[in-house]
Amino acid sequence: MSVEVLQVTGIGFSYNTVEVLSDISFSVSSGDYLGIVGPNGSGKSTLIKAILGLVQPVQGSIKLFNTPLQQFTEWRKIGYLPQRLKFADPHFPGTVEEIIRLGLLAGKKIPRSRTKSDDDAVEKILQLMGISQIRKRLIGELSGGQQQRALLARAVVGGPDLLILDEPTTALDPETRGNFYALLHDLNRMHNTTVILVTHDTWSIGKYATRFLYLDKRVVFDGTFEDFCHSEEMTQFFGEYAQHQICHRHDAEGSGNNGFR
Amino acid sequence: MGFGEVIGYGFMQRALIAGMLIAVLCAILGVFLVLRRFSLIGDGLAHVTFGSVAVALLLRVDPVYTAVAAIPIVLISSLGILKLTEKARIYGDAAIGIVSSFGIACGVLLASAAGGFNVDLFSFLFGSILSISPDELLIAVALFVVVIATAGFFYNDLFAITFDEELAKSSGIRTGRINGVLVLLTGLTVVLAMKLVGIMLISALLIVPAVTALQVARGFKTTILTAAGCAVLSVAAGIFSSVVLNLPAGGAIVVINIALFVAAYALRKTRMRRRGVLS
Repeated sequence: MSVEVLQVTGIGFSYNTVEVLSDISFSVSSGDYLGIVGPNGSGKSTLIKAILGLVQPVQGSIKLFNTPLQQFTEWRKIGYLPQRLKFADPHFPGTVEEIIRLGLLAGKKIPRSRTKSDDDAVEKILQLMGISQIRKRLIGELSGGQQQRALLARAVVGGPDLLILDEPTTALDPETRGNFYALLHDLNRMHNTTVILVTHDTWSIGKYATRFLYLDKRVVFDGTFEDFCHSEEMTQFFGEYAQHQICHRHDAEGSGNNGFR
Repeated sequence: MGFGEVIGYGFMQRALIAGMLIAVLCAILGVFLVLRRFSLIGDGLAHVTFGSVAVALLLRVDPVYTAVAAIPIVLISSLGILKLTEKARIYGDAAIGIVSSFGIACGVLLASAAGGFNVDLFSFLFGSILSISPDELLIAVALFVVVIATAGFFYNDLFAITFDEELAKSSGIRTGRINGVLVLLTGLTVVLAMKLVGIMLISALLIVPAVTALQVARGFKTTILTAAGCAVLSVAAGIFSSVVLNLPAGGAIVVINIALFVAAYALRKTRMRRRGVLS
């Protein structure tokens, strides 16, 4: 039986007088892989911040695991990977291991002391992500792909039920990006981790996501990628050429895998 | 004057113990403050301490308890800087500037009302660690225990908000409260450090050991330990040299700190050059 992981009902948000989100409603069930796409300034990142309680919507309500956001305390159930650019400080002295360990703080009471099971969890995730060899390296010294793996490891080390990622592949080259998406796909399929992924990379989302939310300050489309590609409303919204480009880029790249489920 | 002779004096033992305790606190908090781009808060709070000391002198508070009398005003000011940054949409450096200039202005006005600057006030400006009394040492030890225990209790939360405040918040960490803890601990430490290096040089004690450690340390805990080591070394060497060479202790401590920073910087550059050659 699928469990309701996230329920967003009629939320709106404004920065000063500029409306960023209007009447956004959708829900996410356990095991879903939801891709949120949309143009720059469409409110994607603001929506994620509202879900995480980092900004306060002016209207509407959000429930996480059937609990109103204001009363939600089980943050260990959620892993979050924000946009990579925020970690650009090359002088930050934290090692990969130390940063990953931060992902285990959510489930603990202050002083959030380190335990043997923490060490085991970190060891396991280092192996799973294939980054054991860089565990003692400083996070700021890593390449974009390595850094992103380390930060994903931080997000998933606590075994979250819901993983939220905000444009995690912006700085990655195409090959590393492909590997990153494959890793997320494994987490979703093999560990039943619910995934919410914000991206500009619409085609890649179509390849993996079970659902697709097109946002432009409001919800323009909510359905499967296949439905999106056959939606006349979306053809009118994007134009036939743009819709074809989004839906059939993989054919042009010769992947031979339509990726639809 | 030899090492054995110098260390035998009671004033020297008190100065070394108090100095090293204060140095450790400054170094630990300094790492968090520097990485959070909040390092000048020490300078700002030191200026507030100047105003607080002027109040204490005006009220003829016993000199032993002048620092204790300054604590409430400094703590309120540290929270004031934080709230200005968070709520009034003022950048951190500007908030520090507002509060510190207000502290200095009040200090000057009050000192003038008290009949002008006097020797007591100058000892607070430039430090007088060699004249630390047994009672002042006890106060320093008590505050050290409070600050180190609180910093240890909140260490993981402090590390999390230093890495990324938004990520920390999304882990359920109450970042506002932890920021409050950090500035309050800094306020207490600044009051303590006033006796060691004086109001004018406190920020050096918070900043320099941290940036020295950042040159060479690999890992967050290692950075904190290295910063503490550098701070202790500079304070011990500074106090000894001040006695042996008849120098002001505060100035000597800061100059040795800067020398350690230059050495650490050179070491990092050498390491990088070697790595470059090898790769």
